Order: sequence, then C-alpha cells, then structure tokens
Amino acid sequence: MTRMFVPDPRGPIPATRAVYAAALNRQATLAALGDALSRDPYREPPRAPILHLKPANTWIGPGDPIPCPRDVPALRMGGTLGLVIGRTASRVAPAEALDHVGGWLIANDVSVPYESHYRPAIKQRCRDGFCPIGPAAPAAALAEPDRCEVVIEIDGRIRGRADGSGLVRGAARLLSDISAFITFEPGDVLLIGEPHDSPLAEPGATVRILIDGIGSVTNPVRWEPAGTP
Amino acid sequence: MKRARVLVDGVEFAATEAPEGLRLPDGRFVRDEQVIWCPPVTPRTTFAVGLNYADHARELAFKPPTEPLVFLKGPNTFTGHRGLVTRPDDVTFMHYECELAVVIGRTARRVRQAEALDHVAGYTVANDYAFRDYLENYYRPNLRVKSRDRATPLGPWLVDAADVPDPMNLALRTTVNGKETLSGSTRDMIFGIPWLIEYLSGFMTLSPGDLILTGTPEGLANVMPGDVVITEVEQVGRLSSTIVAETL
Repeated sequence: MTRMFVPDPRGPIPATRAVYAAALNRQATLAALGDALSRDPYREPPRAPILHLKPANTWIGPGDPIPCPRDVPALRMGGTLGLVIGRTASRVAPAEALDHVGGWLIANDVSVPYESHYRPAIKQRCRDGFCPIGPAAPAAALAEPDRCEVVIEIDGRIRGRADGSGLVRGAARLLSDISAFITFEPGDVLLIGEPHDSPLAEPGATVRILIDGIGSVTNPVRWEPAGTP
Repeated sequence: MKRARVLVDGVEFAATEAPEGLRLPDGRFVRDEQVIWCPPVTPRTTFAVGLNYADHARELAFKPPTEPLVFLKGPNTFTGHRGLVTRPDDVTFMHYECELAVVIGRTARRVRQAEALDHVAGYTVANDYAFRDYLENYYRPNLRVKSRDRATPLGPWLVDAADVPDPMNLALRTTVNGKETLSGSTRDMIFGIPWLIEYLSGFMTLSPGDLILTGTPEGLANVMPGDVVITEVEQVGRLSSTIVAETL
C-alpha cells in the first residue's frame, strides 16, 4: 500500500506538480452559450472534459497581490474547490476516484475577461499571480465535496457563490474521466471549476474565496507595476 | 556539450555524449543500447506552438496566424528517446510532429528579441504526437489530443545553446520505418524563437526549465502499431519512438 500524499493544512501552498482546471464545467455556462455550441467555431457541444493548465508562474499564496495588467480594467475571480491527488490515479472508475484524493484546497482561477472558448486562453489565464492557492484540508474534511459551497467576496460583499449542483461533472466523475488520458501523481491539483459568470474585481479590491470546512484565501488586486521587472 | 539522463542497471545518471555512446559521471562508458533514456530535462511549464510553419498551416487548411497559437502540456505527457507511444484502439488518425524544443535557462520577463537567446539554456528534440479523433473545438487543441500520458517523446540530448549558434537555420527530418516523410527547416517558422520569447515574456515570466516546442513543418502521416518514427533536428539530435497498440 503506497503512502497517501496529504497536503499540510498549515502550509499556504501544498507541494504541487501540475494544476489542471476543468473548463466549461457548469451547466449554466453551457446554457448561456446555448445554440452557439452547435455553430462555428464550436460545431457541437463538448464531449470529453475540457481542461486548461495553471502553470507555476500563476501560483501565489494567501495575501499575495494579484497583478492586473495596465490595459485591463478588471479581472474575473474564479473561486473554485480543488482536489489534491494523494495517490497515483490512472484510469480510475468514478466509484473509486475519490479514494485517490489526499485533500482539498481553495483556489482562485483568475482570468482577464474573454468571450471565445475556441483557442487556449493562455494570455487570459496564465499571467503571473493568476492562481492564488489557499489553505488545504485533509480528504476527510469534506464528506460531500459536490455539496460544498464556494463563496466569492469582494471588499466584504458576496459577489458570487456556487455549489456542486450545477456542475457538468462532479469531482469523482471529473477525475475519473480525465484519468482515462492523464495520470495524476501525488501533489497534482485538479480545480473543479469556477462558478458561471464569476465576478469582476478592479485594482484596489480585496478578494476572499471561502469554502466551509476548508477556510478562506484573501488576496488584494493591484495594478501590475509599470515596466516590470 | 550534449547531456542526457539515462538509467543504467536501474540507476539514474546524468550522462554526456561520448564517441561511441555515453559517458557516465564515474568515468564509465556505455553504449546507446545499454541505457534507458529519460527526457533530458524535467520541464517546468511546457508551451507548444501550433501552426507555426506556413506549409503546415496550409496542410491543415488554416490561414497562417497573425498571433501564435500557444497551448500548454502537462508533466504526464513526456517520455524519453526510444519510448513506446500508445495508439488507443478507437483512434483512426494519429500523427507525429517534428519539433525543435527550446529549454529556458534564465528568468525572462519583458525580454526583447535581440536579447532573447541569452535566456536559452539549450535545445532538444520533441515529437508532439496528436490524436486527431479527440479534437474538440474548445480550447483547441484540447489536452485529450495533446497532453496524453507518455505521448510526447523528448530527447535524446539537451544540447548547450552555445553549440547551436543559429537555431533558426536547422534542417528538420522525419522518417517512418526508415522512409523519409517530412523534411523542412527551422528558418520557415512563422514565429521564430526570439519572437516567441519576447511574446511570452511580454505577459508572463519564463523560468529555468520552461520548455517551448516550436511547431512542426508539413509532412504529417498516420502511424500504426509497430511503426518506428524518428524525428531529427540538425545539430540537436535524432529522437526515436515506437508506436504500440493499446490492447496488446
């Protein structure tokens, strides 16, 4: 029996190898696209899980500023539950998928607002500091991950909330379907999916993502310094 | 210098090229067939550029882009020289892509083209296999096509940047079972290496270990179990892989 990787709840960022994030994983997001899903450039609704990656340059901890590019008025705050892989997961069945989860964490999949889902949104989602990663909790902390609610507060007011009821794929199904082509290793993170229509935050705002049973992560949004570095 | 990471008798070594094989750090010499080749680098973030040769863009019926098509690949997708790449049973069109891969050696943020190559540690060869049956028009090319387990051979060598004075003028060649199927030159890239480093570092920080796969020229072909595919970049290396069936 291999030992389970369990994220340290005291550490701000658990050891991560890769952060994968589900895209278009909300029924409401697909409903809003409506007939467009069957027209160019999409032509048909998504079949397999659609993913993007949050690369290492996007990872920041609680309290770290989220840099807003000077030519962008506001950023989308994509608060989401993330699962941390505890045990290698490859081709796992939905019923066994969550046995491979070592813990849960809070993340903010920040993006520059955009409309088209046709091409990878690297310029919109992969800028420095665009993935605050908050506290983690051991697997047992969330008995029913698809029921837990993500709350997004901006300057102390609730601007977004979502639980798992509107997910296209809940945590177990998502991990199972993706593990058909990606082997997840201990320390890998899978973000379940931001709410539909995540709220915008302008530079100067303070953003807090809360999940009951895990805690919260707070980050200020700041203008990117001119001429960095 | 050409460096590799290899397994010999179950132990991993950092090796260097020798006249008839590889030299291990303890001074021993081993032949190519005595080692298992690992990817020469463990990539941090992997960028890949799609449709970066005008001929390949035409072959796939796209207009050459005005901004590069960049996508990311996960750490699960790499395998070494002489690796086995699985062709899933339900796939009807799987093809290789022959690419020069750039390894970043020094942090880059808002770097100009003129200084861009100062941030390169070296070069290797990638075969960026694609499984076209899985293409969907969301975040295309989606990860199911381009980031599958062990479907991106990398290697054999990491070649020091100093040994590749003109990376924008290297011959590319691919053979399948010894027969040439692809021939091109890095000089035909739409977005060259300095341009790509300026572009990417313009909105994000590039760090040591980041990898940029620069795209493939035309000459793609369906490959089947048993096929031996060699993607070759002049001065950088000959990267071999063998296609295997999902159900053996």
